[in-house]
Amino acid sequence: MDIIVCIKQVPATSEIGWDPKTGTLMRERAEGVLNLNDKNALEAALQLREKHGGHSTALSMGPSQAEESLREALSMGIDRAVLLSDRAFAGADSLSTAYTLSLAARKIGSYDLILCGKESSDGMTAQVGPQIAEFLDLPQLICATEINIENTSVRIKQKTEDGFRIVEAPLPAVLTVEREINQPRIPTMDTIMEAYRSKEVLVWKADDLGGDPGLLGLEGSPTQAKRVYIKQIKKGKVTMLDGEPDEVAGKLIQTLRLKGLL
Amino acid sequence: MSGASIEDHTGLWVFIEQRDGQPARVSLELLGAGRILAEKLGVEVTALLIGDDVSTIAQELISFGADRVIVAEDPVAKEYRTEVYADIIVEQALTGKPEIVLIGATCFGRDLAPRIAARLRTGCTADSTELDIDDETGLMVATKPYFGRNLMADIICPLHRPQMVTVRSGVMELKVQDRKRHGEIIPVDVNIKEGDTRVKVVDTVRSAPDGVPLEEAEKVVACGMGVGDAEGFETVRELADLLGAQLGATSLPIDEGWIGEDCKIGQTGKTIRPKLYIGCGVSGAIQHSAGMINSECIVAINTNPKAEIFDFADYGIIGDVNKIIPALIKQLRTLKG
Repeated sequence: MDIIVCIKQVPATSEIGWDPKTGTLMRERAEGVLNLNDKNALEAALQLREKHGGHSTALSMGPSQAEESLREALSMGIDRAVLLSDRAFAGADSLSTAYTLSLAARKIGSYDLILCGKESSDGMTAQVGPQIAEFLDLPQLICATEINIENTSVRIKQKTEDGFRIVEAPLPAVLTVEREINQPRIPTMDTIMEAYRSKEVLVWKADDLGGDPGLLGLEGSPTQAKRVYIKQIKKGKVTMLDGEPDEVAGKLIQTLRLKGLL
Repeated sequence: MSGASIEDHTGLWVFIEQRDGQPARVSLELLGAGRILAEKLGVEVTALLIGDDVSTIAQELISFGADRVIVAEDPVAKEYRTEVYADIIVEQALTGKPEIVLIGATCFGRDLAPRIAARLRTGCTADSTELDIDDETGLMVATKPYFGRNLMADIICPLHRPQMVTVRSGVMELKVQDRKRHGEIIPVDVNIKEGDTRVKVVDTVRSAPDGVPLEEAEKVVACGMGVGDAEGFETVRELADLLGAQLGATSLPIDEGWIGEDCKIGQTGKTIRPKLYIGCGVSGAIQHSAGMINSECIVAINTNPKAEIFDFADYGIIGDVNKIIPALIKQLRTLKG
């Protein structure tokens, strides 16, 4: 059971700049952390490896400091890490990101599963997983809350709005996992030391991946941010209700009754 | 898209999600939103209906704003499966060449839309909160919360077609049905066999809805971290029950485990537009407010006079929710006798 886990380093805070020329985020300036949802995908991979054996690879695209998130994956117990880092990848939207990650998966070659977290905390599109599946012509099973491998197929419990489905696909397949699937392990001091001392983070550039350069980065991104701005939410002037708790409660109830809301 | 220029693409399509022949509410909302965009462009709205034995709802889709309904019916499409639905939509899109495709950001919509966009090598903006047509360029402008607090982005897809977006349920208003509207119903063949698809649906389990869904509730009482603890939260629940309101929450009470994930309102949760919203200890940060800003009457109770929610609330009470809510409960009980 060889597994690739796609992870993303996201800005730690919401105070982040954006480049008015390209309309893209300036990730270089922000302190990065491993996207929280991706820890569940890493944990799922580790549990599957414990049960079925095989190798796990963490894969990420980002600036050079994204290596830190890959080291975190290694310290959780992932076997090896690959960072896709090149100016040519910068400014990628979900399509271009998925294309680039799919090239790397092809280069890695042997895998039974590709796992992704639910969505990133910055872009929040949840699109990269399904798009990797399309570029690799693989079946996709998203929103997994349980994963079971049965011989050459994978069966998941898929969370839906009003319940769940049990869905099955032949391997290899692309899965995205929900937060409730597991409780990600916390690396120990020993495993953290090991991740830095004896594990390697490979760095691949655009030339290493091959593919169509026109589909990479900003150039390969069909969507563009035309304008990024602070939303001023001013619906109207608020009417304040003052007084002691009993008094304001009375005022509110009266107001709601007058408006026909009670 | 290969072999076709941007000018060849015209018309707006809405994917209709259905279960057991019942259209998803978000699909109907998108027919209404799509009409407004289509009228600006002077084009038709096409509903794309896929399933098994579903053509009975085609007329309903016309009454909600569709000019044409493409109906793809086959037993293979009875249950939603990515590959089956993507194959059907891509085949139709390659011949029909829509310039815009709208898809509800449901579980299945969020599964389907990116897959189609990747196959058509086009852009898809996820979870748009506003849609418009740029007067000068005729491009669709999809607004979405960009990153964290209050940052919004207007996303365009200038050089690829169709321009795709997903929109969550409740974001667009459900338009009133016009049963006199006329439209065309176009059945199309489904060229996929059961053996062609890799994914199998082994079982589908639906839990009976617990009262009115949050998105459709007329009254919502929402709980934020200002309630302090699980006990404070229970008081909020009691208030909601007394008002006949559904209970919602910001993400923190959910992370604390006081209430289930389905009650989350905001960017990563549900979008609501009730007649009455009461925020109890809710600060009003964009992560939450993005999902409730369209509520008709917003009441905010918070100790912090600088809380963002007072910027857009209709009625504000500065004070401790753990004193004010019990006072409300006491008086509501007296009223009810």
